Amino acid sequence: MEDVRLIQGNEAIAAGAIYAGADFYAGYPITPSSEIMTEAAKIMPKVGGMFMQMEDEIASVAAVVGASLAGAKAFTATSGPGFSLMQENLGVAVMGEVPCVVITVQRNGPSTGLATKPGQADIMQIRWGRHGDQSVIALTPGSVAECFLMTVQAFNFAEKFRLPVILAADEVVAHARESFALPKPGMIPLVERKKPTVSPEKYSPFAADADGIAPLAAFGSEYVSHISSSMHGPDGYSNNDPENAIWRINQLHRKIEMHRDEIVLTKSYDIDDMDILVIGYGATTGACRAAVKEARKRGLKAGVLQLITIWPFPDKEIEELAKLVKTVVVVEMNYAGQVAGEVRKVIGSEIELKRVNKYNGQIITPQDIIETLK
Amino acid sequence: MLEAGGEEYLRAGALPHMWCPGCGIGIVLGALLRTFAELEYAKNEIVVVTGIGCTGKADDYLSTNALHVTHGRALAFATGVKAYKPGLKVVVIMGDGDSVTIGGNHFIHAARRNIDLTAIVINNFNFGMTGGQASATTPGGKFSSTTLYGNPERDFDVSALACVAGANYVARSTPYHGWALKQHIKEALCKKGFSLVEVFSPCPTNYGKYNEMGDPLKMLNWLKEKGVSREKYEQLEEPEKEDYFAIGTFCDRNSPDFNSRYEEIRARATGKG
Ligand code: SF4
Repeated sequence: MEDVRLIQGNEAIAAGAIYAGADFYAGYPITPSSEIMTEAAKIMPKVGGMFMQMEDEIASVAAVVGASLAGAKAFTATSGPGFSLMQENLGVAVMGEVPCVVITVQRNGPSTGLATKPGQADIMQIRWGRHGDQSVIALTPGSVAECFLMTVQAFNFAEKFRLPVILAADEVVAHARESFALPKPGMIPLVERKKPTVSPEKYSPFAADADGIAPLAAFGSEYVSHISSSMHGPDGYSNNDPENAIWRINQLHRKIEMHRDEIVLTKSYDIDDMDILVIGYGATTGACRAAVKEARKRGLKAGVLQLITIWPFPDKEIEELAKLVKTVVVVEMNYAGQVAGEVRKVIGSEIELKRVNKYNGQIITPQDIIETLK
Repeated sequence: MLEAGGEEYLRAGALPHMWCPGCGIGIVLGALLRTFAELEYAKNEIVVVTGIGCTGKADDYLSTNALHVTHGRALAFATGVKAYKPGLKVVVIMGDGDSVTIGGNHFIHAARRNIDLTAIVINNFNFGMTGGQASATTPGGKFSSTTLYGNPERDFDVSALACVAGANYVARSTPYHGWALKQHIKEALCKKGFSLVEVFSPCPTNYGKYNEMGDPLKMLNWLKEKGVSREKYEQLEEPEKEDYFAIGTFCDRNSPDFNSRYEEIRARATGKG
């Protein structure tokens, strides 16, 4: 029998993590992500996993990285202020190529902002929040089902590409309740990190294979590994050689670039005959689809592109669809048009770009979008 | 008895090290590696975690597992390692900047949590690497590149802090007291729960220079003369206490460590408790 549940977005994220094989959670409570933590506290000890409540978000990411290096599938969840605190140690995960998943349930800001209300204003922070040349993968779920599925996907990407993956939810999807049929074990393939096959004397924790990814041994295995946040050579020891720095930074970016098409996930609706393209992500996706349905009743041929992977940016996908239309509309809960700016870079100045932005803590409605389509 | 050398835990070709002549860090690291040898630890079961600063460079000389991280956060990373794999021998080497200045919050919480790892705090009363600035252990009135006219703030007593925060084992020593230092490290490694060995250590290049002890020998003599046993220290008159410091074991107890407590929780959650 199918396991259908009326489930909240945050609960779906926790359930997705467990499905993906997560066995370590460390976090610090913060609205509107706290249910992920309380679910993890409830489930982890039952499935043999480890749950830790840390002293702050800095320590939370640190513990997650430490546990992952000891072999765990590890994750944490937070929101704006906590996500800000996590940035420096997320940089360690990038530099040390440590698989882990960080969920940030975006809320209205800046600073403490409207702590219980939704926002989508952390898109650029997710990409650029850490100092230095670095890159991560970020996914945005647009429904409760996607909260589950994209959490599993986030773990799979983290394990496969040896990096932190950020699941950028928002308060609306996180607190929405929908009925969802939980996939049976084995229905979604799970990815485990690549382990070394060479002899322990030959192991170098940062020597990538032809696919751009270096095998990762766990602390406590037969291998010895040296993992460093400082610039390091393939063996993990400090290396100040300029040539080495080029190799290292290239490697951090190229493993994502090489697999870009596998990583970039989008969904499109009603695009075949469209001449207006509406781009949404996360909680605005539903409003975009409803607005387009209504617009079609009024004779406007509009279609929707939902961005699921937000970083690396779906530039190719947008470019292809933009060729078919006269107008592109980007819908998001922030002031500056953080995604709209990226879309502008892709489509150039020839095509008209309209924006629907809301940043008062209220969700964007289909009506808000229809006003712009007219 | 043949003295264990500990060379097998040194990375081949890593020497000479980067620390200044007369610096205490290398001596402490040597004591740690000899202790590893005495306890016959395997390289792949040891994880040494370091942060930033002169002391934070220690991992580059090691052939064991190592994790070199951000300033002040080494204990939090180490907590994740140990919590997930309790069989590992986890040692965190920090300076006074890492441990109680930027990282003070993690320090008290690691002790409170009683996570089973050993913290070695090499306390040289200032930030060595960045040029001798004051830290949270620079004593009141002392000089540094940011307290040129004397330090208006007071210092932390790192060992006392760990004791009240809940550590199972806390001891203080100095590089001058080499044998005792190694004994304390050994006791700390063998202790289940959070253990701290605080090492008052010479930084002639910076702290020494600013406080008229620029010559390495002067600093060692200072440690030799001013480091007295706890009993002796207690007998000193109040104003004298300012000039001396106590060495030895400050607390030694056997409160259950985090992982043991978590096992009980896990048993309860699965109905086996
Ligand atoms: S600056 Fe001080 S702490 Fe740093 S290596 Fe030199 S003597 Fe040691």
